[in-house]
Amino acid sequence: MAEALLALESLRFDAGGRTLIDSVSARIPAGRRTVVLGPNGAGKSVLMRLMHGLIEPTAGRVVWSDDRKPVQAMVFQRPVMLRRSVLDNLTYALSLAGVSHVERTARALDVLHRVGLAHLASRPARVLSGGEQQRVALARAWVLRPQVLFLDEPTASLDPGSSAEVERLIGVIATESCSIVMVTHNLGLARRLADDILFVDAGRITEHTPVADFFAAPRSAQAEHYIRGELSWT
Amino acid sequence: MSTLTDSFATAGALVIQADPQLLGIVALSLKVSLTAVFLASCLGLPVGAAVAVGRFPGRRGLTVILNGLMGLPPVVVGLLVYLLLSRAGPLGAMGLLFTPTAMVIAQVVLITPIIAALSRQIVADAWREYEEQLRSLGASTPRAAFTLLLDTRFSLSTAVLAGLGRAVAEVGAVMIVGGNIDGVTRVMTTTIALETSKGDLPLALALGFILISIVLVLNALAHAVREWAVRRYG
Ligand SMILES: Nc1ncnc2c1ncn2[C@@H]1O[C@H](COP(=O)(O)OP(=O)(O)OP(=O)(O)O)[C@@H](O)[C@H]1O
Ligand SMILES: [Mg+2]
Repeated sequence: MAEALLALESLRFDAGGRTLIDSVSARIPAGRRTVVLGPNGAGKSVLMRLMHGLIEPTAGRVVWSDDRKPVQAMVFQRPVMLRRSVLDNLTYALSLAGVSHVERTARALDVLHRVGLAHLASRPARVLSGGEQQRVALARAWVLRPQVLFLDEPTASLDPGSSAEVERLIGVIATESCSIVMVTHNLGLARRLADDILFVDAGRITEHTPVADFFAAPRSAQAEHYIRGELSWT
Repeated sequence: MSTLTDSFATAGALVIQADPQLLGIVALSLKVSLTAVFLASCLGLPVGAAVAVGRFPGRRGLTVILNGLMGLPPVVVGLLVYLLLSRAGPLGAMGLLFTPTAMVIAQVVLITPIIAALSRQIVADAWREYEEQLRSLGASTPRAAFTLLLDTRFSLSTAVLAGLGRAVAEVGAVMIVGGNIDGVTRVMTTTIALETSKGDLPLALALGFILISIVLVLNALAHAVREWAVRRYG
């Protein structure tokens, strides 16, 4: 396996009197696209928050292999837009990242062009449709030039065309030496985009294998059940 | 019955003729209360946001105290400020008692907690929605608080107007620290109280009309701003 980007060491996370993540250990390889699969409520989003550092594990550690943490960005399952224009949502993110004032607008406009949202630049972000907001969220993450991008169901509320477009964009971002960790329930997307599959079930990682192996011969009964369940709908 | 009708007629005439005495009283009322609201907002909004977002010991206690202080009785505030500013008091040397400045101080004390408590609630609700997104983008706590104040500006205008409504309508505090001196510290509410007790109903009634109109217009304005903002910015 490639050089590790980050290592999860016996992670546990408790909340509300429940153990949501239990003894999770994994090495996320650098420069690859890891897709996290698993049923609803399995703990995928919680695991992403732990990796991104938004929540502290109850036990265990998240260890970045580089001494200097890489630039991270995350697109949430339900992105939050600020009550200002689409363009200003992007320049806001850049200002927090310490990008100089003169550079922000140009960079933001450039990314909006690349995601095909330039026509929405001056629109108030919060009145956009759910799918449009999700794409703005992707743009807002991309504009930061992340070295690691966490995506939590980035195509969940997109129409087929937008979904294909977002898939293409994620592919482009991945070629910009950005490691990608993505949660999705879209198995077609997972197949096409993933290098590795991380299968989460009931707060545990039950499988972490290259994508071809995963779909050809899932090792756990849960994963096999999950794939069948999903495929029977498509 | 006829005194009442007469009073109404005279009151109407005073308003229509823009009686100079009447205008002076209305102008002083607005000047005192608007100044107080401005200062109380400068104090109350940051305090509200800090209590909503900050993590420091005693935060819950502070919230309870702020909420409790919303109901401060104006006469008690007047009394305390009176003691502070009276000749023998700690700030007596400044000679502020029975001046419009004293009235501003009393109203600031009265409405800062209102603005702080209402804005704390508004910002805390927004923080629940925004927290992970803002932390993911790397916002420090002060920066997040400032961002939330900006993002909730339309809801906050309601908090500020609530403070203004309370300030122009209260009588106890300004009566005690202002002294209701003709032409110097006489405002709408104190004049109404005085003229009613003297039996000069027309002036009292005319001021009553104006006071009610101001309060109604303020509320209509707050409502319109929010409606417009929701439609425009979501
Ligand atoms: N802060 C929290 N406190 C208590 N329980 C939580 C908390 N966050 C998540 N949970 C619970 O943890 C479980 C896993 O949640 P999570 O959001 O990670 O699921 P998921 O795998 O992302 O599911 P989905 O596919 O529906 O998005 C759920 O049962 C959820 O209710
Ligand atoms: Mg999820």
